[in-house]
Amino acid sequence: MSTPVASEQTQVEPAGAEVAASDTPWRTVVWNDPVNLMSYVTYVFQKLFGYSRDHATKLMLDVHQKGKAIVSSGSKEKVETDVAKLHAAGLWATMEQPS
Amino acid sequence: MNGWRRKGAVIHAGFEQQEAAVLRGLVSQLEDMLTARAEEAPQDELAELTGIRTGPSESPDDPVLSRLLPDFHKLDPDNPSREDIDSSSAMRSLHEPELLDIKVGVAKIVLDTLPRDGGHVRLTEEQADAWLGALNDVRLALGTALDVTEDMPDELPEDDPRAPHLGVYHWLTWVQETLIQALTG
Repeated sequence: MSTPVASEQTQVEPAGAEVAASDTPWRTVVWNDPVNLMSYVTYVFQKLFGYSRDHATKLMLDVHQKGKAIVSSGSKEKVETDVAKLHAAGLWATMEQPS
Repeated sequence: MNGWRRKGAVIHAGFEQQEAAVLRGLVSQLEDMLTARAEEAPQDELAELTGIRTGPSESPDDPVLSRLLPDFHKLDPDNPSREDIDSSSAMRSLHEPELLDIKVGVAKIVLDTLPRDGGHVRLTEEQADAWLGALNDVRLALGTALDVTEDMPDELPEDDPRAPHLGVYHWLTWVQETLIQALTG
């Protein structure tokens, strides 16, 4: 995110080849990017997910400092909808099913 | 422009003529890019009948559009799994038409509420949210084109071809930041 402090890019784990069990919950991942403002990312988490300011701020800081954060989880359909909403807000979001 | 302020239910700011021209120009360009992408969607008689639209399955080649319309899965750049590629394509086809509608929609709200000659802009909270999204899209587009980094300096060396444009990017950042403060403060 946009800030004067430099941060490390997190290395992405390669996607596993095996197919995870279908009942494992999916999760929504938001990735750090150099443009989105910290205040904006926090605002989007509050607005889209109804998170408290504290929780939204904690997730935003995870994105900023660790390179990514899991911001929601659940069924494939729910997570797909969450990712679509985050894309509409301009955040870099993807979905994954941990294997 | 002295930043956005809230007065009761109204979010307001004043724009100089030149500021309005710059912002309208950037938002219009973005709207044109998004509309052109929407027109690339496959034409389908069945979709017209059912109202279920399908967009392109491939990520845009253009880096700006690609940033505004991301993939649904994080694809391993060296060895993406076939399953992830297929799933990403299917979800893009399904969701991209609506995503483009949303982004074109917020761009239109900015163009409808920001006078060509500048002046006072008064927004409802809903319109302010649309502005926030549109400002973010324009910053993403410009930021991608300028290849900005997290520790981007306020100014670049004079011989850097990006130097004249960076001021506009930083101004947009400030406009967005004050809008967030007005909305949340």
